[in-house]
Amino acid sequence: MTAQDDNTNEAPLVCCKCDKTLAKTKVTATYLGNEFPVELWKCSGCGLVYVPESLATGRMLRVEQALEDK
Amino acid sequence: MDGERVRQWEAQCIQEQLPACSAACPVHVDARKMAQSIAKGDFATALKTFQRSITLPRIISQICDHPCQQACRRKEAGDPLNLSALERAAVAFGGKVAPLRKFGTRPQSVAIVGGGISGVAAALDLAVKGYTVELFESAPNFLPRLQNASQNVLPKSAVDADLASLAHLGVLLHSNVSVTHDDGENGLRTLLQRFSAVYLAIGAEGELTRSLEMPLTIDPVTYTTNVAKLFAGGSMRYGSGQYSPITSFQDGRYAALSIDRLLQGASLTASRELQGSQESRLYTDITPFEPVQQVAPADTIIGYTREEVQKEADRCFPCSCMECVKVCEYLKEYRAYPKRYVREIYNNLCIVMGVRNANRMINSCSLCGLCQQVCPEKMSMAEVCLDARQTMVETNKMPVSAHEFALRDMAFSTGAAFAMAKHQPGFRESTWLFFPGCQLSASSPEHVQSCYQFLSESCEGGVGLMLNCCGAPALWAGRKNLFEENCASLKQIWLQMGQPNVIVACSSCFRTLKDNVPEIPIQSLWPHLNSQAAVKPNAQLSGRAYAIHDPCSTRGVGEVEDSVRELLQCMGVEGKELNPRGETTCCGYGGLARFVNPELTDRTVKRRAEQSEADYITYCAMCRDSFARQGKRAVHVLDLVFDSQGKDPAARPDPGFSRRQDNRARLKARLLKELWGEERGVSMPELILQISEPVRLVMEHRMILESDVRKTLEAAENSGQKLKLPNGHFLATHCPAHVTYWVEYGPGARGSFEIYNAYSHRMQVR
Repeated sequence: MTAQDDNTNEAPLVCCKCDKTLAKTKVTATYLGNEFPVELWKCSGCGLVYVPESLATGRMLRVEQALEDK
Repeated sequence: MDGERVRQWEAQCIQEQLPACSAACPVHVDARKMAQSIAKGDFATALKTFQRSITLPRIISQICDHPCQQACRRKEAGDPLNLSALERAAVAFGGKVAPLRKFGTRPQSVAIVGGGISGVAAALDLAVKGYTVELFESAPNFLPRLQNASQNVLPKSAVDADLASLAHLGVLLHSNVSVTHDDGENGLRTLLQRFSAVYLAIGAEGELTRSLEMPLTIDPVTYTTNVAKLFAGGSMRYGSGQYSPITSFQDGRYAALSIDRLLQGASLTASRELQGSQESRLYTDITPFEPVQQVAPADTIIGYTREEVQKEADRCFPCSCMECVKVCEYLKEYRAYPKRYVREIYNNLCIVMGVRNANRMINSCSLCGLCQQVCPEKMSMAEVCLDARQTMVETNKMPVSAHEFALRDMAFSTGAAFAMAKHQPGFRESTWLFFPGCQLSASSPEHVQSCYQFLSESCEGGVGLMLNCCGAPALWAGRKNLFEENCASLKQIWLQMGQPNVIVACSSCFRTLKDNVPEIPIQSLWPHLNSQAAVKPNAQLSGRAYAIHDPCSTRGVGEVEDSVRELLQCMGVEGKELNPRGETTCCGYGGLARFVNPELTDRTVKRRAEQSEADYITYCAMCRDSFARQGKRAVHVLDLVFDSQGKDPAARPDPGFSRRQDNRARLKARLLKELWGEERGVSMPELILQISEPVRLVMEHRMILESDVRKTLEAAENSGQKLKLPNGHFLATHCPAHVTYWVEYGPGARGSFEIYNAYSHRMQVR
C-alpha cells in the first residue's frame, strides 16, 4: 500500500464526538503481522481514523488477500 | 497431504495418457499432435514432432507397418486416420529435415554388428549421445534389405539421405565386413574385448546367428543377453515370420538406451513400463462424433495433396478424456485437468516462503463429487481439495477470510439462538427425532413446523425435535477439530434423547451424519411424507411439470433419490430428469465455494438453471435459494406437500444471510411458545433499521449481516463516536472481532435509522 491510497480530494469530515475536522495524518495499517505506513484522515482528539469505502473494498482488500496467501 | 497419495491421484487421472495411436506405436510417435499440426497446415511442426521419435524420417515414413493406424479410434466413427500418409506428408511438405546433432562426447566406444534398420537406429542414438560408434555390415551397402525396394515405395534418394546421418555424426562404417563367432580379427569375442558394449542386430537369417555356439537369450525390455556387455535385437529377436520395420527400429533405439544406461552406471530396468507398443488407458467418448470416411486422394499414384492431407488430418477428434472438465465449471475455470491440479495443489501446500497462488483454487471446489461420478477411473477432486484444506488448517495456512463468515453462521446455528432438543410435548421419551437442519429452518421455517406437526401425529412413540447444525460447514472448511467436536456434541444430545431414530430433511445433514456419526440411525424425511402427500396434495402446484434437481450431497444415495420421486408420484407431479441419475451438479453452496468464489458458483448455478425451461423442484433449501438468486423459478418439495397459502413458492426470493439467521431464531422462539408453552421470544432490537433492497444486496455481497450493522450503530450511538459526512449522513465504525465495519446512516421515519451503505475491511489502522 502507498500513501496515495487515500482519496485526497474528499471534503473534510467532522468527528462528532470531538467536534474536530479530520486532518491528513500518517498512520499505520497492519494485517497478519505486516505493517504499512499510509496517510489517512484522522481525528486529533479521539484518534479515530477514517477508512474510505474505495480503499476498503479496493486496494486494502487486495493487499489483505495477497497477505493471506503468503 | 501425503506425497504417496498425491502420486496415486496423479496416476488416477488419465488425461495425459498416450492416445491409442501413440500407445500402439513402439516408439510412441505423437501422431495426434502431428495430425493437429497438419490439419492447421503446419507441416513444419508436424515434421518436428515426427523427428522427435524417428531418426530415419524419410525411410520410416515410407515403410513403417503403422500399428498406430489399426489402433486409431476414428475407426469407431468412420475409417481410421491414414496416419501413414500423414507421416509421409510431414516429410514431403515439412521443409528441411533437421540434421541429427551430437550432444557432447563420451569416452566409451560401442560396436554395432548389423547395418539393418535396428543396427542403424542404435548407431544413430549412441552417436548422438557422444559415444564412438563402429558399425559392421557384411553386405556392400547398409540397410541392404531396403536397397532393392521399389522406387515408388522407397526411393534410393530417401535411403541415402537418412543414411548420410551416420557419416555426419562420425559413425565409423565397416561394410563388406563379416563378424564371426570366434576370436579372430572381426570375431565377436574380440569385439567384446575391444568395445565397452556390442549390439548384435544381424537379422533372423544371418550367418552369425546360425554359427553362434550357444543360443542367445534376449531380454525383451532391456535387450541384454546371457553374455555380458552383449545386447541384441531386431528380427533376430522377434523372428523371421513377420518383418516389422518399426519393431526393428524400436529394438535399436531401446537397446541403445540400455547401452547408454550400462555405460553410465544407471539402472537398466527403471522406468521402462511405457516402452513399446501397448494398449492406451486414455478414455475418449466417441459418441459426439459423426462418422467421417477417409479422404480419397484425387491422384492415387501421387497420393494426397497438401489440401487433401489437411482434410484427412482434420478427421482426428483428437482423443482426449476431460470427462470431468466437461461437466464442471470449477475444473474448467483453471484451464487444465485433475492431474495438473493435483500437482499444483501439492506444490502450493509445500511452499515455505512465497505466494500460495492455488489457495483460492483449493477453496473454490464445491466438493460435490460429480468429477468422481463421471471419471472412468473414479478420481475425485473433492477428496484432493478437502485434504488440501485440512492440511492448510493444520499448518495455519488457511486464509482467515475464506470461511470465517460461514463458520460464524454455523456458530449461530449451534448456539443458543437456534439450537435446542426436546421431547414431543406430553412425552418423556422419543422413539423418533426430527432434525430439520439449519438451512431449511433458515429458508422455510413454516415447513419445519408443518413437518414436525405431521410427524408428531403420524409416528408412534414420541417425536423429539432437534434444532442444530450437522457441522457440514466445518467439514468443508477443513476444520477437522471443530467438525469432530460438533459430531461429538450431536452424538451426546442424541444419547441424552434416548438414542431415537433420526429423521433428517436435508441432504447435507444426511450425508454428514451418516458418514461421520454412524452410530446414529438416520432416515430421510421423504418416505415419511408419502401418506401426507396422498391425503393433502397441493392441487394448485402439483398439477405442473417440474424438472428434478437432486442435491449433490446425496448423489447416488438411492434411498433418498428414489423416495423423493415416489413422493412426487404420490402427489401426481411430473418430474422430468435433468441428467442421468447420479450426475447432478452443485448449487454452489457445497464446499463453501460460494464464500470464496461467488463469480464461479454463480456461473455453475446459471449453467444448471439453463438446462431446462421448466420450474425446478429440489429437496435442498440451499439449492432452491441458489436458483432463486439466479432468477430461476424453483420450488422445494415441501412447497408442494404443505399449503403455500396462495403464494407462488417458485417466485419466493432467497432470504439472504441476515434473514436466514433471523428465521432460525424466530422458528425456535415460536415452537417453544406454541408447542412447549415456553415464552422465550426473540428480544426486540432497540434500534429499528430501514434497509432498502439495493443496500441489502450490497450487504449480502459484502457478507455483512444486519446484526453487524446494528451493533455498529449501537456502538456509535452509545459512545457518540461517529463521523459526519459532507452529505449530512453519519458514518459509524465498529470492530467486534477481526472485521472492521463501517455504516453510513441517517435518521429514518418514526425514530428508525435509514442505512445508506455498509462496508468492511480486515486491516487494522492506527
